[in-house]
Amino acid sequence: MDRVGIEERAATLGRRSIKTTAKQQGIRMAVSMVDLTTLEGSDTPGKVRHLCAKAVCPAPAMPEIPSVAAVCVYPSLVGVAREALDGTGVKAASVATAFPSGQASLDVKLRDTEEAVAAGAEEIDMVISREAFLAGDDARVMEEIVRVKDVCGDAHLKVIIETAELGSYDHVRHASMLAMEAGADFIKTSTGKASSGATPGVVLVMLEAIRDYVDRTGRIVGMKAAGGVSTSKAALHRLVLVKETLGDEWLTNERFRIGASSLLNDLLMQYQKTETGHYARPEDFSKE
Amino acid sequence: MATQEQRTSITWDYAPAPESPDHVRLRDSYGLFIDGEFVDPVDGTRVPSINPATEETVAEVAFAGSEDVARAVRSARAAQPGWAALSGLERGKYLFRVARLIQERARELAVVESMDGGKPIRESRDVDVPLAAAHFFHYAGWADKLSYGMGGRPVEPLGVAGQIVPWNFPLLMAAWKLAPALACGNTAVLKPAETTPVTALLLAEILQEAELPPGVVSIIPGDGSAGATLVREPDIDKVAFTGSTAVGKNIQAALAGRRIPVTLELGGKSANIVFEDAALDQAVEGIVNGIFFNQGHVCCAGSRLLIQESVADTVVSKLWSRMGRLRVGDPLDKNTDVGAINSREQLERIESLVASGEEEGAVRRTVACELPDRGFWFAPTIFTDVAPAHRIAAEEIFGPVVSVLTFRTQAEAIEKANSTPYGLAAGIWTDKGSKAFEVANALQAGVVWQNTYNKFDPSAAFGGYKESGFGREGGMSGLRPYLKVAS
Amino acid sequence: MSSRLPVRKTYKLFIGGAFVRSESGRYDRIEGDPAAAGVNIPRGSRKDVRDAVAAGRKALPGWAARTAYNRGQILYRFAEALESRAADIGAERADVEASIDVLVHYAGWTDKFQPVLGGINPVAAPFLSFSLPEPTGVVGVVAPDAPPLLGLIAEVAPALAAGNTVVAVLSDEQPLPGLDLGEVMGIADVPGGVVNLLSGRRSELAPVLASHHALNAIVDVSGDAALGAEIDKLAAESVTRVRHTTPAESYEAATGDPLSRLEAVTELKTAWHPVGA
Repeated sequence: MDRVGIEERAATLGRRSIKTTAKQQGIRMAVSMVDLTTLEGSDTPGKVRHLCAKAVCPAPAMPEIPSVAAVCVYPSLVGVAREALDGTGVKAASVATAFPSGQASLDVKLRDTEEAVAAGAEEIDMVISREAFLAGDDARVMEEIVRVKDVCGDAHLKVIIETAELGSYDHVRHASMLAMEAGADFIKTSTGKASSGATPGVVLVMLEAIRDYVDRTGRIVGMKAAGGVSTSKAALHRLVLVKETLGDEWLTNERFRIGASSLLNDLLMQYQKTETGHYARPEDFSKE
Repeated sequence: MATQEQRTSITWDYAPAPESPDHVRLRDSYGLFIDGEFVDPVDGTRVPSINPATEETVAEVAFAGSEDVARAVRSARAAQPGWAALSGLERGKYLFRVARLIQERARELAVVESMDGGKPIRESRDVDVPLAAAHFFHYAGWADKLSYGMGGRPVEPLGVAGQIVPWNFPLLMAAWKLAPALACGNTAVLKPAETTPVTALLLAEILQEAELPPGVVSIIPGDGSAGATLVREPDIDKVAFTGSTAVGKNIQAALAGRRIPVTLELGGKSANIVFEDAALDQAVEGIVNGIFFNQGHVCCAGSRLLIQESVADTVVSKLWSRMGRLRVGDPLDKNTDVGAINSREQLERIESLVASGEEEGAVRRTVACELPDRGFWFAPTIFTDVAPAHRIAAEEIFGPVVSVLTFRTQAEAIEKANSTPYGLAAGIWTDKGSKAFEVANALQAGVVWQNTYNKFDPSAAFGGYKESGFGREGGMSGLRPYLKVAS
Repeated sequence: MSSRLPVRKTYKLFIGGAFVRSESGRYDRIEGDPAAAGVNIPRGSRKDVRDAVAAGRKALPGWAARTAYNRGQILYRFAEALESRAADIGAERADVEASIDVLVHYAGWTDKFQPVLGGINPVAAPFLSFSLPEPTGVVGVVAPDAPPLLGLIAEVAPALAAGNTVVAVLSDEQPLPGLDLGEVMGIADVPGGVVNLLSGRRSELAPVLASHHALNAIVDVSGDAALGAEIDKLAAESVTRVRHTTPAESYEAATGDPLSRLEAVTELKTAWHPVGA
């Protein structure tokens, strides 16, 4: 992996000019790929319900804007989310495995997952053990993923590799490969709680890892970019990376997600501008 | 009620993203730039300069006749003592002004460069114009530091420089020639290429805006005969030429007996070498950048791809797949990766060499893309099963065509890379630093890129070995061609 | 007929890109300078020195990480800004013009001193060895009384060109041009903290600066032998590099030996890498 080359390629793709119809389509796609997230100590059922309503219908005044892909919350609140989302097509997702640090015993992490699944989580976002990874214990990293996948049942599993803590693109690629070989349905960049998230370079490296894995095994694994994608421009840049690395057929929320909270309103503001030609203001859209 | 995006067959096309030429102010007709003014040619002509993507006229320009060339040289001679008598600081300040003006008019210059020459706006905007400004800025700073760049020797300018530049980087090559020449106290007569004179004429306007003393620079577009006349002018003290090796040899011969310094920056058939321990995805980007940047109209293009056998199939497969994503089309669209071929003549040369490749038995694959009806286009092409003796492996194509050869060992790669009369550049792709340096030492190439390609900077010397020319442009070495040691 | 009351300027220290009052709250008056009649000059304190060095240190990674070309452009823009404000600077026209030209000269050094001061070492073993001059870090400048602007710029410009940040102790007797320079930097894209300007009593501030362990080098242009000796002694505590020099009186004097000025504020790093797979 050559950092200079990776970052140059990722930056060049950020200079694609996405205008007019391409921009509108891109924004709608991005909305449909959002995992609308709230992971605060202060979250309550009321807040989660408001968020679910927004997830289902982000912009009542612009009906062509689709629902988002999922709502992502802590295990204690996924039941509330599931109830609010039932029948809407938007998935109830939960973080698990002692998110975000993952510093707990495997047993605790499995219990955490089981409870989330039992409460109704349709998607589980787990964290890898960076402690094991950085010590070079690949077998333990993979073993944990396999065990968590096992208790997920029908829920699909996203594996967060926490790129900010891994230290190099070589490590990002290696962790991605381990996660895919252990059975991840999606690989995910970050918890959103670390110093950096889904930078263009990191997204490119993970997409290329997926491309190589799919070429070799035939099994499709999706990617979720989380952390730092807070503007429409950033979201469209990630979509360009997907398009030009994996192809148009990957531009679906079954294969690509964006974990975000404030991004959604920026997407709506930019969409409104494409319709009216005028700059919108944040207050034009509800926060939840 | 909002609905989910349907996943049937998904496509996301980039909508046209045209860079608007509305703000560009071009005259209908440009005279020759001599003695600080645009003047009518005395014995030259006026010709349209064509946009190779649309075959429309960009502007009408004057081509210099031989009396026009003589007149330009006379004005350069007259202006030279005054220019050289200025302090280095003052000369530098003029060049700093030019650099800043280029930056201010950057967008306009980039659009015109793409219109006149065919290269994608993304390249003229992100590479050509910024580097041109940077080149003037860098040499502005040498003007009052010349001895430091010449090992402490006391130095003097040569006098009047005759400079001929090519059509592949018109504005940038003009900057590479003028900036060092002027910084060193010379005056210059610049002959832009036949098919791409317009940005040089905009540069002439910038020189006027910078209040450069009249006569210090003349810009006289013309065809090959104007260049030949310039070289044979008796009253010039220096010749600098960038262009084909064939013409370079003619120039060197034409100067026989005259004892004036000449620098030549000629063609190449540069080897881009990928070892099995390279970062392959980045190597593929480097290969693409090496041969498809500027449609392959690059003297140092990585036109011979040498891949270690153990990874050859993987690299070719990734490369072909990557080539399929190249966007060929309107140079003024910001999403275009590969623009138009510069002229009908060049297109015919490319087609002829590509045909020879097929005849000689190499396997050709060309990217399937919709090409516009008008204009000159050639889709990115890769040849495999190429033998070193094939014409496509030996001759410079100067187009978006890469020829793939394989090797087994490092020694073989070096030998193959060096088996050419050319010696301009090379690329080395390996994750092992010690290998990168060892191979770099062994290559007969003036520029060696390690794990990258086509990187240029005004502070880094550039130039060739063997029939790729001699003399260096850029950096402290770029001063030498424009100075003599004071007696 | 009523005459218009002008709005007087309040002179402040320039630290971290901001104009701040001295934390000491104390002020001096300058005798004998008509331009400074009635003006309160901030009397910088040891805490101001501390804050200035902290600001210089904070700004260092960003400044040193810029490309040499970018630093050159910023220095050139500094020259543009000084030219445009020339009439407002309280210094002689000749002093200002020489200072502008010095900035232009050093703007041109940012991407050229490396091949001149550094290079490839042809070692007698299969290694690629190169030596590269790097900025030393935070550079202190003890400015002279005359010329008030050029004397300061002649040392600040090379320090910046080499990638360092600067903390300058201005002349006691003629501090105004130096303080005005802060305003010029504000319009010149010089990032905050890259140059910090302290007025006050040289005898109080220079020793504090010289003894600050986080300062990497100090250039003493005071012309005061006793102070110079004190600076030498204090700098020794943390092996801070010291250079004593006489004030540049002209453009030629300021640019006659640029390499000595650049060498004094750079460190040479030598690297070795094997050649051979």
